[in-house]
Amino acid sequence: MSLAPQVQTQSGSQGTPAIELRGISKAFGPVQANKDISIRVMPGTIHGIIGENGAGKSTLMSILYGFYHADSGEIFINGRRTLIPDSQAAIRAGIGMVFQHFKLVENFTVLENVVLGAEDGALLRPSLAKARAQLRQLAEEYELDVDPDARIEEIGVGFQQRVEILKALYRRADILILDEPTGVLTPPEADHLFRILRNLKAQGKTIVLITHKLREIMDITDTVSVMRRGEMTATVATRDTNPAQLAELMVGRKVLLRVDKTPAEPGAPVLEIDNLRVVDAKGVERLKGVSLAVRAGEILGIAGVAGNGQSELLEVLGGYMKGTGTVRVKGRPIDIAGHEDARDRRDAGIGHVPEDRQQAGLILDFAAWENIALGYHHRDAYGRGAMMDQAAMKADTADKMQRFDVRPPNPMLAAKNFSGGNQQKIVVAREIESGPDLLLIGQPTRGVDIGAIEFIHKQIVALRDQGKAILLVSVELDEILSLSDRIAVMFDGRIMGEKIAADTDANELGLLMAGITEGTA
Amino acid sequence: MDRMPRWADVLLVPLISLLLAAVISALVILAIGQNPWEALKIMVSGSVGSTYGWGYTLYYATNFMFTGLAVAVANHARLFNIGGEGQAVIGGLGVALIALYIPWPHWSLALLAAMVASAAFGAAWAAIPAVLQARRGSHIVITTIMFNFIAAALLNYLLVGPLKPAGTMETATASFPEATHIPSFRDMFSFGETILFRGTPANITFFIAILACLAVWLLIWKTRLGYEIRAFGFSEGAARYAGIGSTKIIMVTMLISGALAGMMAINNTLGEAERLILNAVEGAGFIGIAVALMGRSHPLGVFLAAILFGILYQGGSELGLTLAIPREMIVVIQALVIMFTGALDNMVRMPIERIFARRRARTPLSPPGPTLHPPGRVAPSSTPGTAATE
Repeated sequence: MSLAPQVQTQSGSQGTPAIELRGISKAFGPVQANKDISIRVMPGTIHGIIGENGAGKSTLMSILYGFYHADSGEIFINGRRTLIPDSQAAIRAGIGMVFQHFKLVENFTVLENVVLGAEDGALLRPSLAKARAQLRQLAEEYELDVDPDARIEEIGVGFQQRVEILKALYRRADILILDEPTGVLTPPEADHLFRILRNLKAQGKTIVLITHKLREIMDITDTVSVMRRGEMTATVATRDTNPAQLAELMVGRKVLLRVDKTPAEPGAPVLEIDNLRVVDAKGVERLKGVSLAVRAGEILGIAGVAGNGQSELLEVLGGYMKGTGTVRVKGRPIDIAGHEDARDRRDAGIGHVPEDRQQAGLILDFAAWENIALGYHHRDAYGRGAMMDQAAMKADTADKMQRFDVRPPNPMLAAKNFSGGNQQKIVVAREIESGPDLLLIGQPTRGVDIGAIEFIHKQIVALRDQGKAILLVSVELDEILSLSDRIAVMFDGRIMGEKIAADTDANELGLLMAGITEGTA
Repeated sequence: MDRMPRWADVLLVPLISLLLAAVISALVILAIGQNPWEALKIMVSGSVGSTYGWGYTLYYATNFMFTGLAVAVANHARLFNIGGEGQAVIGGLGVALIALYIPWPHWSLALLAAMVASAAFGAAWAAIPAVLQARRGSHIVITTIMFNFIAAALLNYLLVGPLKPAGTMETATASFPEATHIPSFRDMFSFGETILFRGTPANITFFIAILACLAVWLLIWKTRLGYEIRAFGFSEGAARYAGIGSTKIIMVTMLISGALAGMMAINNTLGEAERLILNAVEGAGFIGIAVALMGRSHPLGVFLAAILFGILYQGGSELGLTLAIPREMIVVIQALVIMFTGALDNMVRMPIERIFARRRARTPLSPPGPTLHPPGRVAPSSTPGTAATE
């Protein structure tokens, strides 16, 4: 397959595009986020924009929504040249945006959130009455039913997203931009969202869907544009392309979409958890009696929608949250209730790639060589007595950077100056090279480009093949499915079920992730 | 890449801040009908133009080094220790107690004991806010400020009561015995008939301050503890993940910080006053905040900033003696310098960062921006060393 951009005539290219961008460029300091981007989105279609993290998708949409100003280029809405200096102008032009992180007032009702910022006058009552009527109408038209009097904090994520869509429609948006809308949804919720989007399309709305998930692009879009390093590399009709080609266009080279691994040869249990409970600082019970085991030479994947206790599971095992219950590593009990010391866990042979590398895994202002020692800085390899051996740390860092293909391989560079993928490689290198018996790894490829994903997955599998136990937590179901040998699904602080990875699929896991077991269904 | 080159961060920004303060000071001096150029000349010659001037300048600088280091060390753990003033006051109490109540055979032993006592007392005074922060989450800014008042009140009580020699009216302890008098610069650097630093308070403590700078540098950048302090300061989340206990770091850092502030008392109490007086610290604890800010919490920066503030203090008092400038004006000038180098640091920093960012944007990449540059690469050699202007 050739890499040349295959710009094809779009379906229905006759007529005026709903959105046309011409030569949009935007730089942030030295970073050219968007380079001379031109795109035409036809009315009544779902147009996907796909690209890796940092490819410039969000920047482009922020320009369209008036958050950023393009350094150059023009925007045409329904054929008319439009200046969009701020989001008010975007709304006037009929553009609505659903952000990845919702912008809702938690303790307001659905109705109040919909009206917020679009009140007709100083008095609230008439606006609310009008909105209530309109909301009912919109709900019927688009399958967008939400209780208008429910508080945002009381409704689920899927419903919150519908409120965001309703907000846009209430403001008479004809063009709807959705930024990574399925990131926080369970598969059934995502399916419902897609039904809503198809409905909207049938009613003539234009939808721009930003995502990095190839499956969603193939499922729902009519046309797809691929971005890479700030440039639009191709725009193709979805029916004329396939995931492999899109991945290649995104990365710029051929990538292996599935993980290459042999069947696991599990040995003795390394991690045994029995009836683990965690109550967080607010007094909310986050883990409600979790029991599971990970054996040597296997990868146990924990699937689940974010916020169902996976983070707490990792933090308790990693030694910085307290819990009750019994946890054994290689048969030796770990004191999870008494004191919380991550250092003891490392000395007990637990490596930990945390879910959030920017807040926990790395110190962004530290140089790479300082980060390589994080958590292991007390070890003899990095110094004698009270003093640190900086030369040894730097040499060790250079060595690990080279073996884990961190680019640029410069130990002196601050962690914040590496790309997401290379930051993650630094963390993974540190934790894998510490020689753990058990590796905890959370969201190993969040915000990591496809090329680095491939590399990191290979490293995880290689560690498994050395007979180590791996506990993998990821909200990316595809990642769980392709990497794990066994899969446990978490919902509301409990394990809903365990499946052999080879014998299950996204549908079965999706139901468990939503808390539906055979018994209750 | 970092936002700007290191030299701009450590030299250019403070220099521009200083210049701004100087310009506004000049305007104020003009406004009261005096000649700013004359004033500057008097300030410079009065502070660094003679060994007499240096004797005072370095005395002040020594105070500021200790309090500046105290703030700097705490800053590395992202703790804002505003309590240097109180910790120095209590450090003075420690010095006074050992000097008055223990008969020392030689000044060197007294000096060592004073170092230990001032550090211990200062650390103890910082320990209470530290515990409250580490265990109870009481904000250290509030508690350390409050402890400044408590320290002042405590000293007041002691100096009108228990520590005041009978029969005197002064709020001060008795003078320390002869054997505790540490060498002044005059003792150390005068030779034969030539007497240098005559009548000035600078003393051997200046060299202890330099050693303290060195020790802090080693601590912060070369030891495992320093690594933990910096890690905690940059990211509490990452520190937790790495098994670096917050209680330990807050306690240890504040103890070190308080000890450094307390050690200022060697200079002003043992070295200069040779007895404990009220208000011996004279606001040096607060100047330390400006010194640490200007020195970017680096010991070398603190050293240089402390000398600069020493010059300002000594130059300022010379100004009051010679010109018809009211004493309050000197406070205004000093305040302007503190304001520009400390509080308004970002006012200068941000535009400079932007200039450097813009300059860098033009060099490696080729944004076809709306500006007047022709599209295409700007030769990297076109603007070396010259300030970029749009």
